[in-house]
Amino acid sequence: MIVEAITPPARVLVTKIGLDGHDRGSRIVASYLRDAGMEVIYTPPWQSIDAVVNLAVQEDVELIGVSSLATDHLVVPELMQQLERAGLKDIGVIVGGIVPDNERPCLLDAGVDQIFGPGAARDEIVARVFELVAHTRSARAA
Amino acid sequence: MTANPVQLALPGFDQELAEWRERYRTQIGEDPLIRNRSGVEIQPLYTPDDWSGTRYLDELGFPGKPPFTRGIYPTMHRGRRWSQRQLIGLGTPEDYNARVTSLLESGSNAISLIPCNSVFRGIDCDEVPPLLLGTCGTVVNTIEHMDACLEGVSMEHVSTALNDPSPFTLFAFLLGVAERRGIDRSRISGTSNQSDYISHFVANHMFYRLSLAGSRRVLLDHIEYCQETVPNWNSLSIVGQHMQQAGATPAQAMGFALCTAIQYAEDCITRGMAAEIMLQRFTFFFDISISFFEEVAKFRAGRRIWARIVKERFGVKDPRALRFKFHAQTSGADLTRQQPLNNIARVAIQAMAGIFGGLQSMHTDGFDEAISCPSKASAQIAIATQNILRDEAHLCDVIDPLGGSYYVETLTDQMESEIADLICRIDDAGGMYKAVETGLVQGIIGESAIAFEERVESGDQKVVGVNCYIAEQEDAEPLPYRPDPVAIERVVADFRRYKSQRSERKIREVLDTLARVANSKDENIFAAVVASASAGATHGEIVACLRNELGFGHPLIVP
Repeated sequence: MIVEAITPPARVLVTKIGLDGHDRGSRIVASYLRDAGMEVIYTPPWQSIDAVVNLAVQEDVELIGVSSLATDHLVVPELMQQLERAGLKDIGVIVGGIVPDNERPCLLDAGVDQIFGPGAARDEIVARVFELVAHTRSARAA
Repeated sequence: MTANPVQLALPGFDQELAEWRERYRTQIGEDPLIRNRSGVEIQPLYTPDDWSGTRYLDELGFPGKPPFTRGIYPTMHRGRRWSQRQLIGLGTPEDYNARVTSLLESGSNAISLIPCNSVFRGIDCDEVPPLLLGTCGTVVNTIEHMDACLEGVSMEHVSTALNDPSPFTLFAFLLGVAERRGIDRSRISGTSNQSDYISHFVANHMFYRLSLAGSRRVLLDHIEYCQETVPNWNSLSIVGQHMQQAGATPAQAMGFALCTAIQYAEDCITRGMAAEIMLQRFTFFFDISISFFEEVAKFRAGRRIWARIVKERFGVKDPRALRFKFHAQTSGADLTRQQPLNNIARVAIQAMAGIFGGLQSMHTDGFDEAISCPSKASAQIAIATQNILRDEAHLCDVIDPLGGSYYVETLTDQMESEIADLICRIDDAGGMYKAVETGLVQGIIGESAIAFEERVESGDQKVVGVNCYIAEQEDAEPLPYRPDPVAIERVVADFRRYKSQRSERKIREVLDTLARVANSKDENIFAAVVASASAGATHGEIVACLRNELGFGHPLIVP
C-alpha cells in the first residue's frame, strides 16, 4: 500500500451528487484514502451541487472524488462549471464508478482530471490522488 | 473414538477414509486454506463422517412440511414454476408499458416496477435535472402515470411487484387504477417489494424518504390496511438483498434479514395483529451470488431457521405461517463491466443456485447491467436463461436435488450456525431496530465489503476479466440505455399541466387530512395515502407532507 509522506496531509472530499444512493464504492475508496494518510471528508449520497461546492470551500479541500453508479455522472459537467465560478478551478476532480465509454469525453472535456471504473486498483487510485493534490498545491503556491 | 452410526453401518469406513486422507496429502502438497464468502472453511471432500442423515426427519424432513429445509411446498417447482419476475424500470410510463408487454410475451408471468431515482428520493419529475429522469427507472408520479404503465396489462391475472417503500404511493396509485377499471381489490395480487425500511437504512440507501421512526409507523399501517382490504397483497418483503449487495456475506445477509423479520413480527404483535395470519404474508427478497454451493446452503438454512423461529418465538402452529417464501435476484455486484458478455454465464450459474435453493420468484440480470439499465435484447436473454434452465436443462425434475449431498448438508448446517450466531448478537444488542439505530449492522457490513474488496485486490478471489484473464483489448462497450430526451420533456410538461388543472382546494384538503392522520395515534396513515393518491395528489406531494409530519430520513451513520 502506498502511504506518501505529504505534509500537511492531503484534504479530500468524497461525495455523491444527484439521486442515487449506492455508496459501497465511495465508502471503500474513502477508507483507502484514509489508510493512505489523507484527511477525508465524507458525505452521505444525494448532495446538491451547491452543497458540494460550499463544502469544498469550507473544508478547503484539494481534491473532490465523485462516486456515481446510476447515471449521476451526467450532472458532473454542471459541478465543474460551478466549481469554476466559485474560483476553485485548481481543485482536482476524480469521478469513480460507472461511466460508460461513450460518455467519458463529455466529462473529460468539462475538466474532470480522471475517471476510474470498476477494477481500478487501490494503489493506482491512491497514487493518482497524491499526484493531483501535489499539482493543486503547486498551482496554489505559484 | 467411539463407534458412531456410520462406522457401524459401514465397516472399514474409518480405515478407507484415513487412507484417502494420506493419499490426498501426499499428492496435493501444500493445501491452500479455502473459505467461502461467509468465512466457512471448505474441505476437499465430504463423506458420511461429516453428514450421515441420521437426523433426517428433524433436520430435513419432506418438502412442504416444517422445517421446510427441502422446500416450502410438497410439489415445489415440479408442481408450479417460480414466478419469472424481471425487474423493469425505464424511461416514461409508455416506455415501461412497451417493455412489460414484450416480456409478458416472452414467458414472464409476473411483473415488477422500478421507479426512477427521483421517485426513490421522494420528489416529482419537475424538481429534478431532466438528464437524470428515467435513466434507471420509470417516471411515476401520479395515478395517470400508473394507468399508462399498466395499459393493457390484466391486473387481476398478473402479479405485480412494486419497488416502492414507505409511504407506498405507487401501490396507492395501483389501487386507484384498479378501482377505475372496476377490478375488485381481492383479485389484486403482488408485493410491496422492498417495503422493509430497515434494509434501506442499513444498505442501498435509496429510500430515506421518512425518518426511521416514521417509516416504522407507516409500514405497520400499510400491513394492517392490506390485511384488511387487499388480502392477496404481500405487504411486507424483507430484504437481505440490499445488505449483500452492500457487502454483507451471504450468511450475514440471511442473518440480518431474519433479525429484521423478527423485529417486524414483534412490532405487528405489539400492534395487536394475529401472528398466525400476519406471518403468512411475510416474504423475503435475497441476492444470489456466484458462490454456488454457499447460496444453495444459505437458502436451505434460512428456511429451516425461519420455521423454527416462528414456531419457538411466536408460538405459531399453522405451518403456512412458518413458510419462508422468497424472491431472489442474481447479484449485480458479481457482474463485471469488463468483457460484459461473460455476465451471461455468471447469471446462469447464479440462477441455478437460486433454483436449487428453492426460490418462489426470480429476476435474472441482463449482461449489460454492470453498465446501465438493460437493453431489450439483454432482458430477453435474461428471461431465456430461466426458460433454458427450467425446460431445456431439466433442473426442476427433482425437488431439492442437492439435498443429501454430504457437502451441501454439511454446509447447510455450518451456514445455519453462522446465521444463528449473528441472530444472537443482534438479540443481545436489543433487536434489529436498535442495532441499526446504533450503526452496529452498518459497521459489520462495511467491514465485510472492504474484506471482500481486499480479496479481489490481492487476487485471492479471482474475477475473470478483472484480476485474471484480462483481455488485451476490450470490444466496444454496449451503448448504455438512455431515455429519449424529447419523451422525457413531454412527461415533465404533461405533469406540470396535470398539476395546474387539478382543483387546488381538493388537493389541499386531502393533504391536510393526511397531515392530521399522521399526527393521530389510531388512524391509518396508508388509508389516507390511498385517498390522497386517488384524489390526484402526486407522489412528491404525499412524501413531502409526511416528511413534514414524521421527519426526514437521514442516513444514520456516516463514516
